Amino acid sequence: MATLKIDDPRVIEFDVRTDEMLINMGPQHPSTHGVLRLVLRSDGEVVSDVEPHLGYLHRCAEKIGENLTARQWIPYTDRMDYLAAMNMNLGWSLVIEKMLEYDLPERGRHLRVIISEMGRIASHLVAMGTYGLDLGSFTPFLYGFREREKILNLFEEACGARLTYSYLTPGGATADLPSGWTDSCRQFLAEFKEVIPELHTLLTTNSIFVSRTAGIGVMSAKMAIDYGCTGPVLRGSGVYHDLRFHGEERYTEMYDGYIFDVICADPETGKYPESNYEFHGDSLDYPEIPRQAILGDCWHRFYVRMLEVVQSVRLVEQAIEKYEATSGDWGKPIRLIQKLPVKEAYMETEAPRGQMGFYVVGDGDSIPWRVRARSSSFCNLSVTAPLCQGILLADIPAIVGSLDVVMGEIDR
Amino acid sequence: MADFVDHILGLNDSWFGHIVAALVAAVLILHVVAVGALLFIWMERKISGRIQDRLGPTRVGGKYGWLQTLADGLKLIAKEDVTPDLADKFLFKIAPYVGLAASYAAFIALPFADGVVGQHVNTAVFFVLAVLGLEVFSVILAGYASGSKWSLFGAMREAAQVVSYEVPLGMCVVVPVMICGTMNLTTIANMQSGFFTNWLVFNDPFTFMTAIIYFTCATAGVNRAPFDLAEAESELVAGFHTEYSGLRWSLFFMAEYSSMFIVSALASILFFGGPHGPIPITEIVPFLSSGGLGDPAKQAFTESEGLLAGWDLGLIISRIIGVTNLLLKGLVGVTIMMWIRWSFPRLRIDQVMTMCLKYCVPLAAIGFLGATAWQALDLPTASSVIGTPRYKHHELWTADHNKDGSKEETISTPVLETPHEDDTHAEAKTVTENTVPVSVLRGGNQ
Amino acid sequence: MSDIPLVAELRTKFGEGIIDVNLEAIDEWVEVTPQVLVEVCQFLKQAEGFRFDMCNSITVVDYLHTDPKKAAKVDWDPHLEVVYHLSSIATKLTLVLKVKIPRWKNGVEGDLPTVPSVAQVWATADWHEREAYDLSGVNFLGHPNLKRILCPDDWEGHPLRKDYEMPMEYHGIRNR
Repeated sequence: MATLKIDDPRVIEFDVRTDEMLINMGPQHPSTHGVLRLVLRSDGEVVSDVEPHLGYLHRCAEKIGENLTARQWIPYTDRMDYLAAMNMNLGWSLVIEKMLEYDLPERGRHLRVIISEMGRIASHLVAMGTYGLDLGSFTPFLYGFREREKILNLFEEACGARLTYSYLTPGGATADLPSGWTDSCRQFLAEFKEVIPELHTLLTTNSIFVSRTAGIGVMSAKMAIDYGCTGPVLRGSGVYHDLRFHGEERYTEMYDGYIFDVICADPETGKYPESNYEFHGDSLDYPEIPRQAILGDCWHRFYVRMLEVVQSVRLVEQAIEKYEATSGDWGKPIRLIQKLPVKEAYMETEAPRGQMGFYVVGDGDSIPWRVRARSSSFCNLSVTAPLCQGILLADIPAIVGSLDVVMGEIDR
Repeated sequence: MADFVDHILGLNDSWFGHIVAALVAAVLILHVVAVGALLFIWMERKISGRIQDRLGPTRVGGKYGWLQTLADGLKLIAKEDVTPDLADKFLFKIAPYVGLAASYAAFIALPFADGVVGQHVNTAVFFVLAVLGLEVFSVILAGYASGSKWSLFGAMREAAQVVSYEVPLGMCVVVPVMICGTMNLTTIANMQSGFFTNWLVFNDPFTFMTAIIYFTCATAGVNRAPFDLAEAESELVAGFHTEYSGLRWSLFFMAEYSSMFIVSALASILFFGGPHGPIPITEIVPFLSSGGLGDPAKQAFTESEGLLAGWDLGLIISRIIGVTNLLLKGLVGVTIMMWIRWSFPRLRIDQVMTMCLKYCVPLAAIGFLGATAWQALDLPTASSVIGTPRYKHHELWTADHNKDGSKEETISTPVLETPHEDDTHAEAKTVTENTVPVSVLRGGNQ
Repeated sequence: MSDIPLVAELRTKFGEGIIDVNLEAIDEWVEVTPQVLVEVCQFLKQAEGFRFDMCNSITVVDYLHTDPKKAAKVDWDPHLEVVYHLSSIATKLTLVLKVKIPRWKNGVEGDLPTVPSVAQVWATADWHEREAYDLSGVNFLGHPNLKRILCPDDWEGHPLRKDYEMPMEYHGIRNR
């Protein structure tokens, strides 16, 4: 008999104790958000161990980036987080601009705020809808998609694409917003604000939803930082950190003069910032935090996204005003074969799923020497294994869904 | 029915008549199951569509997509019948039939209106629940035989869930049985005739509570959301029917939808008056209350020769109204189940079990005790308070409508023996009554 | 942005371990030897006033020109650079750490160069190091579970090496 090592993946079945069962959840499973594969070690309904297996969507985008110029690689950033492609474009654009020490005109800055915050709304709507789907509620999913569809219509008007935009480029954007766009956007925001309470009724305050998410997958702030979790996952654990406030100057100055809140519960009191945002004359009250919810659980992560959507609406409203007040150049794209200096630059932006970082090394050619994408979902997903220990099978979709991962971004 | 066939063919209590009667009843019930599923699936799509701000099916079969389900059915029949390599082939193949047979068989004892029943069973409540409970076998068989871990999970969940929910369900069902003093569904329904205040759900606060618990448990018992753990797509892919395709898969669906209907129909008979409407139509419309076309016309009918001899048009019409009434009530129950499904997330298995064992069972027990005490202490019921005395308006689609006077007297005090006595009475007079399906109605031979 | 006190502190504490400091670069970086890497990381994570509690990414850059004409023009010898991007949630500072290692251990082709693992310092480094191992072929010593993460377990080669050649066939799938 050949010597079999116990950690050989092919003989893992031998390692299973009596009554235990190894189950493959995915890669073709309805609730793993694409092609994530989780190997569960379970005893009946109780799952003792979860091991994520990635790479089913791996295209080695970083290698592709070593063969294309900075502008040519933009479509590949679209295909990373395909639910927030605008924010991916923005991240890559900013790091190239940082390398070239390029400064954006005023109008382009506000345009980017509008576009990236709209992208955040669209992305959070999907996150919210699919989370409902993970918990067996189909209706909010379609409500989310209905609203997202309107955003996609707006994006289509701006750049001609509905999913992979390649709109924001190093240097600015491929085109200015078409005339009348801001009016349609305003109209959308007005309609959208009516929908937010509906979504709260269907999910946030629904008692079944609360019992499925509150107190499940609790992650302490320390653990969240240690595992490199970012974005709503980090803030859901009560860490006050948002790159739009705390990031690099090149990024934070994009939001200069804007008023918005970082949605994050105070770890001392467990309270979220007061809703000081008004529309229709009423202040938009945030729903009460249920009794069972613990800071850092699935419910809080979901709640942070729900409230962030409101802040994004607020930002877009301000940005439209500012955008309309400026005129002139919005920032033309850099040349297709722009030479990159012999320097290296790393930059992170606050994408909807967390901090999306791009690292680029130039060697004087127009094609970068090395490109690296630091994926937010990748780090957020790494926390799955420690979170999913000794839980019920039904909690796995609840936990993985609350991390809101996009496999395109993880596998790159 | 058997009698009727014998009458036509000039036979006397032959086996042939019984077989023909059974076949007719079976085919009619099959239509309820199949057409019902067709309608419910269409309804589910349409309702879910509207809840989700969509249109639902719009094209197949005219404006409202009436025939969408039929088109789906044709597609499913045309699909390849895949059996996984790891499956236990025989069990895998029979499992869907077991499920459909169980929910189909339960219809046998379900009275659609007084006398419109596949087979008159004195313990119909017991029969329906017992047969419906067999459906769990098909799920376990399917889950076990599929050779897939997800299917097995679904089956184990279903087994645990359905078996536990039978306990509170049974306790809820006992309440109307206790109040009416019979397990005969026809009698239970008839005792709620008259205005809607006579419905058992309004009898006292405890029956009201019991009715709600019954509906909750019934939803769980037929695996509908938020209790549809056995087929929870976000966790178990598709649960016990993960490996099924084509016609076999659609049989599971037919079974699910017909069970949905049967528990709703049972709820309407036990608590909501069954075929008896919110207002006693037959009492109000003299044409019907006279038991036919008025005495002379009735006389003419009953005395006429040939096939139509003994037919009672008033009875037929009132029965049609009764059947429609029951179907509508069942439909309302099914619609509520759909409404719930498309509004709520799914519970977790431990929460489902907690709900059953910690809440439903004690509440059902309280409901049972309370309703018993209410009866024992002879406290006022809704009908006595509002002034529509119970059982006064005995509607005319009941078994022995000619004995109105005496019936009011005897039934108004619910004694265990009374309905039983009436039943035997009725059977002695009109033997064919209780086995006649809806389309071949025949009056008593008075 | 990290500042001079940090560099001074690092120099006094680790002396020879700190090879180079570049404060002129877009993102200031500090180059350390692999020997002191784990201690430096531990220090950076705990150092009062800096507290680099988050490891944002671990990247391996392969410096190798496969074209001899180009290789003649550059001033460096082929090597790998492991780049650690650190940041702090507590103090909002950022820092880049670099470790230079040979492309192959002892120059033997196919023998992966080693760097001590920092997975004990930041849990997030676990997956980042697995990715670096998978794509760039660096052996992180002391890593709890150094397996391929993005490529299949039986994949050959490390795609982000400059001299990597895509296999012609993988399990009967034609690759070119």
